[in-house]
Amino acid sequence: MSTTHTEPRPPVLHLDQVSRVHGHGAAEVHALRGVELVVHPGELVAVMGPSGSGKSTLLTLAGGLDSPTSGRVLVEGAVLGELSRKQQAQVRRRSVGYVFQDYNLIPALTAAENIALPRELDGVSGRTARREALAALEELGIPELADRFPDDMSGGQQQRVAIARALIGDRRLVLADEPTGALDSTTGEAVLAVLRARCDAGAAAMMVTHEARHAAWADRVVFLRDGRLVDQSVSRDAASLLVAAATNSVKGPGE
Amino acid sequence: MSIRHGLLALLDQGPRYGYQLRSEFEARTGATWPLNVGQVYTTLGRLERDGLVEPAGEDDEGHLFYAVTEAGRTELRQWFDTPVPRTNPPRDELAIKLAMAVGVPGVDVQAVVQSQRRHSMKALQDYTRLKAQALNAGEQQSDLAWLLVLEQLIFQTEAEIRWLDHCESRLAQQAARSAPAPAPAPPASTTGRPRRSRI
Repeated sequence: MSTTHTEPRPPVLHLDQVSRVHGHGAAEVHALRGVELVVHPGELVAVMGPSGSGKSTLLTLAGGLDSPTSGRVLVEGAVLGELSRKQQAQVRRRSVGYVFQDYNLIPALTAAENIALPRELDGVSGRTARREALAALEELGIPELADRFPDDMSGGQQQRVAIARALIGDRRLVLADEPTGALDSTTGEAVLAVLRARCDAGAAAMMVTHEARHAAWADRVVFLRDGRLVDQSVSRDAASLLVAAATNSVKGPGE
Repeated sequence: MSIRHGLLALLDQGPRYGYQLRSEFEARTGATWPLNVGQVYTTLGRLERDGLVEPAGEDDEGHLFYAVTEAGRTELRQWFDTPVPRTNPPRDELAIKLAMAVGVPGVDVQAVVQSQRRHSMKALQDYTRLKAQALNAGEQQSDLAWLLVLEQLIFQTEAEIRWLDHCESRLAQQAARSAPAPAPAPPASTTGRPRRSRI
């Protein structure tokens, strides 16, 4: 590995010609067909497309929750399919923060405990993990929910706790499935501003959304249709970011 | 766009001169609808003719001040109290373009929709960046006014994109309906092949 500081950092996420087929025979469904997508540090990417276009499949593959039928998924340069189960679990715990569409909070744990869990599993002391969890709750504007259980929270509150859980620790990649779905317009915006700030600080994030207004917080918006990446819109600043990253010899999407 | 009522609203806060009105108008609307000083003076002339404003003296530098009259205040309140009419929608070039594209041989309507959506999405991203900046900026009244105008642009562009998404699925639905019935027992090798590849 080179240590020269001039070399650009590797992409945080690389979907290398990824395809995913569900079922087989007559019931075969091509959820994704040869998708090529690279996400660099500092980049927020939004994925849009009609229902059934493969958005959620794309996200689960990127998060290592599912494996491609063909192609490779690389997180910080490591091919997920080539890692042991233990290593994969570690990547999911340390490098990747995942916001599920249905939140997936553990009902028996309080908000703070839910958020602290991935850190504790990673060997961080209970006290440190709790301190980090409280800071994450603060960042999302819901410090008062720390000791509440999921059942005592509204959908929007649970969603923000789930986002806090995905942001805790130094996660390099945040993946979010409709992260603003249960939030009103100004709260949703505050959450996007938090995500945006994380990316400006060097993380990378990819979110699925069907709301153009929310997708517009991204540097890049990619459109899926029938499992294919059909188009993308790059904002001006992001364009220069991509040029800087192009020296990395990684093929951009749409190659 | 009502420059007339915009100027009345600014004058309602105290007498001002032409150039000042122009800068305040732009501070609130972020130069979204740029005004030239000529337009400001023409409008002031008409407002004066209609008795809605009156000259209010000159300062040492020769700036001619205007003040709102009682009739002007009434006119302004009426403007705020009356909804902006939604009948007679403004002519929309995009809607006309799509309406014309349908049925013109050699025009790929879906491609028109897609390239427009990319363009509108980019505009939406740019507005959102400006908005993020505005949110981080101070708490002045003109910042809030600018934020409201920006958000109007954001919501309008979003509506356009949603409409374009809808057009796309409408076109896909129509295409599926008018496509010839598939030949019986297609060879297995053709399943899953791209019908058309883009990018």
